Amino acid sequence: MSVLTYRDALNLALKEEMRRDPSMVVWGEDVALYEGSFKVTRGLLAEFGEERVKDTPISENTIVGVAVGAAMGGLRPVIELMTVNFALLAMDQIINHMAKIRSMFGGQTFLPMTIRMPGGGGSQLAAQHSQSLETYFMHCPGLRVLYPATPSDAKGLLKTAIRDNNPVIFLEHELLYNSKGEVPEDPEFLIPAGQAEIKRPGEHVTIVAYARMTILALQAAEELERDGISCEVVDLRSLAPLDEETVIASATRTGRAVVVDECWRTCGLGAEIASRIFERCFDRLQAPVKRVSGLDVPMPYSRKIERICIPQTETIVQAVKDVMSGRY
Amino acid sequence: METTLRRVLPDQELIRLYEQMFLSREFEERCAEQYSKGHITGFLHLYSGQEAVAVGATAGLHRDDYILSAYREHAQAIVRGAEPRRVMAELFGKATGICKGKGGSMHLFDPSLNFMGGYAIVGGQFPISVGLAFASRYRGEDRIAACFFGDGAVNQGTFHESLNWAQLWQLPVLFICENNFYGIGTELHRSSALASIHRRTCGYDIPSEKVDGMDVIAMYKAVRHAAEKVRETGRPHFIEATTYRFRGHSMSDPGKYRSAAEHELWKTRDPLPNYARRLIQEDIATREALDAIEARCKTIIDEAVAFAEQSPWPEDAEVFNDIYV
Repeated sequence: MSVLTYRDALNLALKEEMRRDPSMVVWGEDVALYEGSFKVTRGLLAEFGEERVKDTPISENTIVGVAVGAAMGGLRPVIELMTVNFALLAMDQIINHMAKIRSMFGGQTFLPMTIRMPGGGGSQLAAQHSQSLETYFMHCPGLRVLYPATPSDAKGLLKTAIRDNNPVIFLEHELLYNSKGEVPEDPEFLIPAGQAEIKRPGEHVTIVAYARMTILALQAAEELERDGISCEVVDLRSLAPLDEETVIASATRTGRAVVVDECWRTCGLGAEIASRIFERCFDRLQAPVKRVSGLDVPMPYSRKIERICIPQTETIVQAVKDVMSGRY
Repeated sequence: METTLRRVLPDQELIRLYEQMFLSREFEERCAEQYSKGHITGFLHLYSGQEAVAVGATAGLHRDDYILSAYREHAQAIVRGAEPRRVMAELFGKATGICKGKGGSMHLFDPSLNFMGGYAIVGGQFPISVGLAFASRYRGEDRIAACFFGDGAVNQGTFHESLNWAQLWQLPVLFICENNFYGIGTELHRSSALASIHRRTCGYDIPSEKVDGMDVIAMYKAVRHAAEKVRETGRPHFIEATTYRFRGHSMSDPGKYRSAAEHELWKTRDPLPNYARRLIQEDIATREALDAIEARCKTIIDEAVAFAEQSPWPEDAEVFNDIYV
């Protein structure tokens, strides 16, 4: 084990996989010479050269489409779209092509490709650069969607994504890049897709979260422990496939659930999870499932009001207290 | 001055071009018939009139070269070697179809033929072609990507993004525009600021040319020459083939936006009878020999229809195969 930042854990995963597989290439806006807007691709150009690590034009739809073609042609492209917000320009290639090609061509080809995208809010980047679009990708069949919360998960999940023979959307939270944690040194350390992790066991209530919301949920759980409330924190890690069993088992055990997501509340990830909990273990619940979500507004710039648009530790604490006390 | 055919290709090859054009036409006309009977449903975009483009171009490429196309791609697939009966079964939605009945008319695909797909989103195939060309170069393969598209696609962002990219990274892509002058019902000059499509590549410094897409030999020569150039230089090239579709955009389009006079004029340029005439005039084939070819093609398509009719539907469980999550 060594202590790494989330950023360096991702960087290590990229390097290890590139060393392992010469068919892997890394492309994106400013990933080579500039070493990535968030410096996740640092050192790649120097080690692997210009044919494997390439800066692309600012043409998001075509970045994804070229990777689709390259993957079909036998390569393993890992591309970075500078932020998830720019994925909206590439939605045709992501939804109509990347997600569909395997199925609509009768399984005659596959696309071993990964799109890495930093996302999330909280850095005062305002409406066009602070979006949490994970629900958009989860909604579309044919895509895997992974979103790690810790450096260790970042490494293990990215390696899984890269080795996967199907298209993977790999989200990274911008506010987690500097977070630190222990990361296994084993280059074969992989975390399978579709496995949530109970990051903290507890008895009274289940908090379901992912990415940065997991970190906040853990902080909330610590505070609540002092009030005698024992929270179980389930970190989804993989949004598609979704580890429904772990969520349901936990909610069944504790009898209460709070789902925390960073995206817009309406039709969001939290709505989906809450609905599945109601469908599968309604009779075991002692309280309705509560959602803590991003507000249904375009993200404002001002620090003071940006804060209220994104779930905070105290919002999670309050939601848990509400569920425990029967205030819905 | 017309080229003497024998200076271009051996007799057998010249005759094969006719056979492929006739097979394509027959396939399409029988599709129309099967559509009216309700055996083929969904969208159906037929190629009748444009055969010289697919046939001439494909003959000018290597078997290893990738071919990509749009949603009017039956002929490209069949000419490349896809079995007509498996294509017909696909159109019928049967399990024996080339994509197990999951793709349909607009999504034909066969990697064993390096036929890398029909794509139903206008312009969707541009970047995919560029990616395949990159993969080919990266893996040290001697193959180019030939990307077919219509005149309507040149106004998509992917067209400009992909031309820029192919030239920037110096990738072996041959762009082949099938200019039939109409994007559904909108005539070219009503959608394109610069209606001379081949001139659009100036902005990317990609060499381009305009070719008579009703002349299979002109297409063959242009594509063979261009493909060699692309292979040699590793850089993209662009061909605008002017052509005409004798039917509407799709089966739901009666094509009333085009005048009868215009239609008649293009009919006189029908690539099939014109080419047949040349073959006979130059003593390459007799009328009887061509009749025999036509009869053989009809039999192949008869068998394709029968095969599609008799094939089983996909099992319900098939919907969960080959997808993810």
